[in-house]
Amino acid sequence: MSVTATIRIQEADFDAAQEIAALTKGRTDIGAVVTFSGICRGSENGEPIAALTLEHYPGMAEAEIGRHADEALSRWPLQGLTIIHRFGRIAPGENIVLVVTASPHRQAAFEAAEFLMDYLKTNAPFWKREESKKGTSWIEARDHDDAAAARWTKS
Amino acid sequence: MRVKYFAWVRERIGVAEENVEPPAEVRTVSDLIGWLSSRGETYAYAFEKPKVIRAAIDHAHVKPDAAISGAREIAFFPPMTGG
Repeated sequence: MSVTATIRIQEADFDAAQEIAALTKGRTDIGAVVTFSGICRGSENGEPIAALTLEHYPGMAEAEIGRHADEALSRWPLQGLTIIHRFGRIAPGENIVLVVTASPHRQAAFEAAEFLMDYLKTNAPFWKREESKKGTSWIEARDHDDAAAARWTKS
Repeated sequence: MRVKYFAWVRERIGVAEENVEPPAEVRTVSDLIGWLSSRGETYAYAFEKPKVIRAAIDHAHVKPDAAISGAREIAFFPPMTGG
């Protein structure tokens, strides 16, 4: 059975438990579900922040995440995959991103979720701007995120 | 062709998108960055460090040497910080 990923780019919040239930409902073949939730921290480099605002590139965000979802589905024996990425203003403690992977055994689910997050960080067209007492500023990309994504490149 | 800008590239240029008609000798993404930079101070500021700028043609990432012929939409933006 071919698996289709569920991909949503939305301003609204999501409920991780509800998304897991949607993937597993009525099924007895799934043995492992891994979820990754990315949450807005209340501080950045030791400085408190009021909120993050995420800008995205509509159209490309869906296309780019879709390409990585297809790659994950081709590399690991997944039975279900859901990716949700929010945009707009997000306060500390709120959800930013969700990846849910389902597979017969845990290793594929863990690896695929990690692969997807590493690529979302460096390749999905989203940009975070932080609000703090000092004003607003764009968060800079981190070299270690590039290194994390690079380790999945097939030689 | 349609050109879109995001994050601080958009802020520095002052518009989110526009139609441009570069001359025929502008063949690659890198050429286009050079040509846009010559259009005014805001563009020169946005593209002052061309190596930092990322580009996409028709919703797919491309390298600076990618050809722009046939592109409907080209986007320029800083390194991504989603996830």
